[in-house]
Amino acid sequence: MTEIAIEVEGLTKSFDGRIVVRDLSLKVPKGEIYGFLGPNGSGKTTTIRMLCGLLTPDSGRGTCLGYDILTQSDEIKREVGYMTQRFSLYEDLSIRENLEFVARVYGVPNPRAAAREAIQRLGLSGRANQLAGELSGGWKQRLALGACILPSPRLLLLDEPTAGVDPKARREFWEEIHRLAAEGITVLVSTHYMDEAERCHEIAYIAFGELLARGTANEVIAQSGLSTWVVSGPDLQHLAEELHKRKGVDMVAPFGTELHVSGRDKRALNAVIAEAKKADGAHHWTRGQPSLEDVFILLMSNAKDNYA
Amino acid sequence: MSLATYNGAGLRRDPGFLRRMWAMVVKEFVQMRRDRMTFATMIMVPVLQLVLFGYAINTDPKHMPTAVLTRDDGPLTRAVLTAMKNTDYFDFRQQVHDPDELDRLIRSGTVQFAIEIPASFERDVRRGDRPSILVIADATDPVATGTAIAAVQGVIDTALRRELRGPDAAVAATPAPFQITLQRRYNPEGITQYNIVPGLLGVVLTMTMMMFTALAVTREIERGTMESLLSMPIKPVEIMIGKIAPFVLIGLVQMTIILLAAHYLFGVPILGSVPLLITLSTLFAASNLAVGYTFSTVAQNQLQAVQMTFFFFLPNFLLSGFAFPFRGMPQWAQWIGEVLPLTHFIRIVRGIALKGNGFADMQVDVLALFIFMIVAMGLALLRFRRTLD
Ligand SMILES: Nc1ncnc2c1ncn2[C@@H]1O[C@H](COP(=O)(O)OP(=O)(O)OP(=O)(O)O)[C@@H](O)[C@H]1O
Ligand SMILES: [Mg+2]
Repeated sequence: MTEIAIEVEGLTKSFDGRIVVRDLSLKVPKGEIYGFLGPNGSGKTTTIRMLCGLLTPDSGRGTCLGYDILTQSDEIKREVGYMTQRFSLYEDLSIRENLEFVARVYGVPNPRAAAREAIQRLGLSGRANQLAGELSGGWKQRLALGACILPSPRLLLLDEPTAGVDPKARREFWEEIHRLAAEGITVLVSTHYMDEAERCHEIAYIAFGELLARGTANEVIAQSGLSTWVVSGPDLQHLAEELHKRKGVDMVAPFGTELHVSGRDKRALNAVIAEAKKADGAHHWTRGQPSLEDVFILLMSNAKDNYA
Repeated sequence: MSLATYNGAGLRRDPGFLRRMWAMVVKEFVQMRRDRMTFATMIMVPVLQLVLFGYAINTDPKHMPTAVLTRDDGPLTRAVLTAMKNTDYFDFRQQVHDPDELDRLIRSGTVQFAIEIPASFERDVRRGDRPSILVIADATDPVATGTAIAAVQGVIDTALRRELRGPDAAVAATPAPFQITLQRRYNPEGITQYNIVPGLLGVVLTMTMMMFTALAVTREIERGTMESLLSMPIKPVEIMIGKIAPFVLIGLVQMTIILLAAHYLFGVPILGSVPLLITLSTLFAASNLAVGYTFSTVAQNQLQAVQMTFFFFLPNFLLSGFAFPFRGMPQWAQWIGEVLPLTHFIRIVRGIALKGNGFADMQVDVLALFIFMIVAMGLALLRFRRTLD
């Protein structure tokens, strides 16, 4: 039996009478990288804040690292590293000063040495005395991650840690996350990037406050029951508009010079495609594999928008 | 973007000075309307100022607490006391029986005046021996006692003349049947600086200390750093003390500068113990820091926090006895004054510097400051939100 790092049930939170997270349950095994996905305003940040005691859920219960999220937030805070979506270290402190502050608050034995080590690990050696506020967006994110892992937490809650980070740095970032997971640290990470979702052991998709799918990337794709055709050829814009109107086609999305045509009802979709093939021979059709993005967009368009 | 925007460069011509300025005006009004608290202060500050200046302040204080030591209780003595009372300047609060008690009351500031009528006063007057009535004034604040002292002489004169009729009329006819020995204690020359400069220590500390911490929590919230801070294993009381402590040190520097200037530039005497003065000033600084910190847990943004400190500073400045005589204010204003920390500190600092008071003379004021600090800190901890709800 695997150890569980996060186990919450029925979390609900509303602001000013508007439900933002509804009856959300999550189970994250220890040492796993758990991706948290969903459109803007779907309640990812709110959920993460409830996990680390920054927000009190209206209802629901659960544990984080074995501590009750409702009553033991002091214990949780000691062992969780939370990286906020918006940079929230001190802009008027240098990198070194920020890290030393964090080290002292967490009671790390030798704060100066710990900060020095973290600076090296982050590759920030040349900038140790630069003010955090003067860093570029990507470097701020690296600093924030460094501050999070400095006190060696058992659980990392990362809220869009790679927003605005260049591809190379993003890759390094994920290598670091996988290294940490291999050491037994659990990571819950929210993201809008599909490639990052695929790097997670497991993902959860939430829209309008409701959990719509979870599992490994492949499981989520399989669960959706979506099948996809890939089309290439001339005047794809016109073809897309045509296909959209047909029953059986749930989604048409352009990918570069190709069009992904997807539907949940495989039979109906195949019928539409067969008909289209017959009608004009100019296009090239192949059976495709639905991507995570296809699945998410479908999930989102089906989810009822409680603001509408 | 609407298509119209692209229709031609003509639509995007320079809007001109007035329109751009107007855009700014509209934006500012919208933001102002969002901030209810600022709106309220804009109305409240003038009202508060009108009330305080208009009703509370009086530079010719009457009904000042007075202690009396009468070693003679003949009709003449009573006539003298009645006449004094009729001036409205003196309010006889205490009848004491020995001079030490009289000294103690003056020193602790319980009374503003002390009057001693000598033994066999009546007999000596009738004999024409011109006995002496002792009037002791606490002249720390020369403004408070000035007019009362001026009124004393004439009033006693008329009282005696009325009483001494018939066989003693001859005595009354002499220019002065008695003498008044006036002791202006603590500031015999009535130098205003002696009163103002020590008080200034309190005013400066109030203003700066409160301002420092009033931004402490609001700044973290406004800059977004509160979210990180709250997710760390640090307790509200640790945050509070950590934020207050550095400014106590700043306060110490300010104190040193003011005290040195008071002594060497303005020649203000410091009769009491300097270490005691520094210790109690530190306590005072800490209570103001605590008040500021409390404001910062209540205010929603830095502007509000600054407004709150100003709101608090105003009555401190006007009702503490710093700028205007405390005894000159109506009773309600004195009650408000009693719950302000500056009032008690002004008494402490004037007491130590000018009267040479020791700890024992100021226990009430010290206790008041202490309670004030504890209450402010308690409120701050209650108000401090540990979550972002
Ligand atoms: N303090 C708050 N007061 C009122 N509403 C809030 C508050 N915090 C969040 N919300 C609302 O809750 C909803 C969910 O917000 P949340 O920040 O959790 O979304 P998110 O999934 O993190 O979005 P994003 O991907 O844009 O970061 C939003 O509609 C937001 O407006
Ligand atoms: Mg978010």
